[in-house]
Amino acid sequence: MSEPNAIIRIENLEKSFITKKNTVTALRDINLTIREGEIFGIIGMSGAGKSTLVRCINYLERPTKGKVFFNGLDMSKLSRRELEKTRQSIGMIFQQFNLLMQRTTIGNICFPLEIAGVPKEEARKRAYELLELVGLKEKDKAYPSELSGGQKQRVAIARALANNPKVLLCDEATSALDPKTTRSILALLKDINARMGITIVVITHEMRVIEEICTSVAIIDDSRIAETGRVDSIFTRPQTAAARKLVFPDGENQAKYIGSRCCRIVFEGNSSFEPVVANMILACHAPVNIMFADTKDIDGKAFGQIVVQLPEDTLTANKMIAYLQEQGLTAEEVQL
Amino acid sequence: MDPATIQMLLQGIVDTLYMTAVATLLAYIIGLPLGVIQVVTAKDGIKPNRFVYTVLNVIINIARSIPFLIFLVAILPFTRAIVGTSIGATATIVPLVVAAAPFIARLVESSIKEIDPGVIEAAQSMGASPMRIITHVMLPEARPSILVGSAIAITTILGYSSMAGFVGGGGLGDIAIRFGYYRYDNTIMLITVAILVIIVQIFQEVGMWIATKSDRRK
Repeated sequence: MSEPNAIIRIENLEKSFITKKNTVTALRDINLTIREGEIFGIIGMSGAGKSTLVRCINYLERPTKGKVFFNGLDMSKLSRRELEKTRQSIGMIFQQFNLLMQRTTIGNICFPLEIAGVPKEEARKRAYELLELVGLKEKDKAYPSELSGGQKQRVAIARALANNPKVLLCDEATSALDPKTTRSILALLKDINARMGITIVVITHEMRVIEEICTSVAIIDDSRIAETGRVDSIFTRPQTAAARKLVFPDGENQAKYIGSRCCRIVFEGNSSFEPVVANMILACHAPVNIMFADTKDIDGKAFGQIVVQLPEDTLTANKMIAYLQEQGLTAEEVQL
Repeated sequence: MDPATIQMLLQGIVDTLYMTAVATLLAYIIGLPLGVIQVVTAKDGIKPNRFVYTVLNVIINIARSIPFLIFLVAILPFTRAIVGTSIGATATIVPLVVAAAPFIARLVESSIKEIDPGVIEAAQSMGASPMRIITHVMLPEARPSILVGSAIAITTILGYSSMAGFVGGGGLGDIAIRFGYYRYDNTIMLITVAILVIIVQIFQEVGMWIATKSDRRK
């Protein structure tokens, strides 16, 4: 069970919250190993329990059952002071950045260093280095209210790295940012991982975040881990319904609607540069299933035929045939 | 107006400012920690403690529900035990502090509660101890709001101090009651009221100005 390079190990973790009326179980049967140096993604729909899970790693939430090991250390056995000390080796960034609004950029980065008891001059020097690392050197005296979302997250990253942590936890760190800023923050995280070898745990509900930076991923669905493994294998062969739902957000539902009607499309010298089938799918907003295809490209002209299975919905199927005929193709319904 | 009256009014201003300033300071020394304790020991606080929270909460509520004038009279023996007399500006400070401290505790509590819980969570994730969170996160982050609260507190205490005139508490309120109420001297009463209004305005404006100036959220 114990792997030599496991930095975080979660065993049979369960977390429930007791409310006035009842007990809500946010997580159950969680077993997870995160290896040193990897970028580990935890993905799930909102309410799946992923934010609670990441808070169990640094014990911001105490698990109801089970154990969390950080660097071989049983987190449940630590005293308050030891826990505070251990947390200095686990940086964390948040969706809403959570910067101190009344402190400058440098003041914010110095804060964790103050907690660790680093002398003031040394802390300032380190803070400037970190600010340069995240590319905000000129914003040293700015207050958070004067920064953009992406800049705030950069400051938060610098702050989280101040005490040279072994692990960086990212709780929906890019969910409040636009796509372009998201990409630049992800690139920064990837760079930090590569340069410093810091293990990064990424919590997200967006598949593209996982695609972009993660090496391994755990899919959380309904308080449990549905599937875990390397990102490439989960992408190509998702085993569970939860995984398929995330990998093909709309795909699964539509697949059901493919009916038994088939249509043969004959190409007799149309332009092969025109993506006819793809355009038809886009125009009719429904997928088709290609059953058979035999086409040739001769001097930019397409010859041959394709047989597709049409959607079950009669109206859409008829629309597709009409669309193809309009494009000057021979399209006819066939029985397979 | 004769020099004696002017002299009396000036002394009234000095007494009022003295009572207000000292009472506010002492009330903050007591009320600020109480407000912090309320936030920290609350159910979602950084060190929940149901017993401490409930007891303190009840005491603050009781103290806040007693009208100041009744307070003033009720604690006369206590006042006499502390300052040796129950008359004059110094004696008035005691009931002012006792009445204002719970009020300030509530002001401080609500100021700290305005802080985004995420910021406190972030500090916890960095390994900050509860004491450091109080001194380095809660109080500095709530500073502008606490300053706004202190402008409210100081003007309220000023108002209370005028009521102390009814029991010979000294200051402008005392003058207004003695001359305006008992002797029907409307001129002096109007003058004292005008001075009180001006002092309140100054405190309020200066307080708000400092609060806005100190706020880095713009």
